[in-house]
Amino acid sequence: MNIFAAIGRMVLALFEQTGRLFLFALDAVTAFVRPPIYWSLIFQQILRIGFFSLPVVGLTAFFTGGVLALQIFIGSDRYGAEAFVPQIVALGITRELGPVIAGLMVAGRVAAAIAAEIGTMRVTEQIDALTTLATNPVKYLVVPRLFAAIVSMPILVAIADSIGIFGGYAVSTQSLNFTGSIYLKNTIDFVTNQDISSGLIKAAVFGFIIALMGCYNGFNSKGGAQGVGAATTNAVVSASILILAANYVLTSFLFSK
Amino acid sequence: MTSATPKVELKGVKKSFGSKVVLDGIDLAIAHGESLVVIGGSGTGKSVMIKCVLGILKPDAGQIFVDGKEVTQLSGRARDEMMRKFGMLFQSAALFDSLTVWENVAFGLIQGHGVPRRKAKDIAVEKLAKVGLGPEVATLSPSELSGGMQKRVGLARAIAADPEIIFFDEPTTGLDPIMADVINDLIIATVRDVGATTLSITHDMVSARKIANRIAMLYHGKIIWAGPTAEIDRSGNPYVEQFIHGRADGPIKMEVRR
Repeated sequence: MNIFAAIGRMVLALFEQTGRLFLFALDAVTAFVRPPIYWSLIFQQILRIGFFSLPVVGLTAFFTGGVLALQIFIGSDRYGAEAFVPQIVALGITRELGPVIAGLMVAGRVAAAIAAEIGTMRVTEQIDALTTLATNPVKYLVVPRLFAAIVSMPILVAIADSIGIFGGYAVSTQSLNFTGSIYLKNTIDFVTNQDISSGLIKAAVFGFIIALMGCYNGFNSKGGAQGVGAATTNAVVSASILILAANYVLTSFLFSK
Repeated sequence: MTSATPKVELKGVKKSFGSKVVLDGIDLAIAHGESLVVIGGSGTGKSVMIKCVLGILKPDAGQIFVDGKEVTQLSGRARDEMMRKFGMLFQSAALFDSLTVWENVAFGLIQGHGVPRRKAKDIAVEKLAKVGLGPEVATLSPSELSGGMQKRVGLARAIAADPEIIFFDEPTTGLDPIMADVINDLIIATVRDVGATTLSITHDMVSARKIANRIAMLYHGKIIWAGPTAEIDRSGNPYVEQFIHGRADGPIKMEVRR
C-alpha cells in the first residue's frame, strides 16, 4: 500500500465533500428567494426547532450561569476582585456561552432529528417521490428547516442569555452573599448592545450550520438503517465542530478593533 | 408506430457510477398511449433508467425527449412544468409517512397543481375508490396499512393528477400472487381510464405479459430485444429465452461466488 496514494485519496475525498457541501448550500440559499415558499411548513419547523428546544436550552443555560458565577467568585477571591462577578457572568454568557451552549444543545437535538428524518426519506425513496410529484425537495424539506433554524436560534439565545444571567444571579445571591439589586444594577450598567447583538448574530449563523448539516447529511445518506445512523452521527459531529470553529472566526471578526 | 413523435424517447443514454457502467447507450421509444414493459434481472439498471428520465439522476451522455422536447438540460420552472406530465409508482410505494393517506394521494394536486385542499381531498377519495379503497382509509397513516394497500395508495397517488405518462417500478414485487394480480388489473383499468402512456420495469413475467403491449429487455446496460408482447415467446434471442423461462443455465451468467 502506497502511503502517498492513501494520503492523496483522502485529500481528494475532502475536497469533493467540501465542494458538494458548498453546492448544496448554494442550492438551498438560492431556493430561499424563489417561490413557492411553504409558510405552514416553516411555522411547523419553528415550533419543532425553536419552541421544543426551550427546556433543554433553558436548563443548560441556568446551570452554566450558576457555575460560571461560582468559578469566577472562587478565582477572583484570590485578588479580592469578587465584586466583578456580575459583569464577567454577563459578558461570558451574552458573548460566548449563551450562543455556544445553545448551539451545541440544539445541534445535538435538532441536527440529529433532521438528518434522521430526511435520511429515512432518502432511503425509502420519499425524496424521489417528491420530485415525481412536481415538488422540489430542497424547497419542500431544506428551506423550511434552514429558515426556521436561522429565525429560532437568536430567540433561543436571547432567552438563554436571560436565564444564564439569572443562574449567576441565583447562585451569587443565595450562596455568595451578593445583594440582588446591586448584582442586577452592575449587570445592566455593564452590558452593552454589542455584547448582546454579537451573540445573536452568532446564534443565527449557528442555526444555519445546524440545519445545513442535518439536511446535507440526511440528503446524502445511503443504504438502510445503518446509513441513516451514520448520517445522524455525522450531522451532530460536523455541526458541533463547525459551530466551535465558526465561533472563533466570528469572535475575531465581530470584536476586531 | 402511429403518431410521428414518440411520447418518451431515449437516445444513447449512458450512466456510470464511478467505474461501474450501468447504462451503456440506451435507445428506446415509447409511442403515445403505449404500455411498454422493460424486463431484466436485478441490478441491470432498470431503476436507473427511469430515474434518468425523471431527472432524479443526470445521464452522463445521450438525450431524453418527452413529447419531442429534450429534457435533460431543463431546470427550475421548466422542469416542474415537465414533471406535471408524470406519475410514478415506486417499488416500496414511498408514501410520505408524516402525512395521512388522503394527503399523500392529494400531494401532487395541492403542491404541484395548486388545487385547493378541500377539492383535492374529494379527488383523493375518488381516486382511492378507483383502486378499491374506501373513504375510511383516507384519514389513516400509511404505516397502518398492509403492503398491498400501501401499493394501492401509491397507485392512487400516481394517477391523482391525471398524468400523461406513468412509470411503474416493480409494481408487483413483494406481493402475494393474488394481490399481484389485483395490482395488475388495477394498473390496466386505471391506465385505460386516464389514457396514459406507461413504462413499467419488472422481472415478474406474469405481470409483464399481462400489462404490456410491447416488451423490451435490458441486459448489461443495453436494450437487447424489443417487440410486441405476443412475440416474446419466439424472440429467437437466447438471453430473452433464458430470462422468460427463468433458467439458471444460459448466456446470462449470474455472478455468484462459490
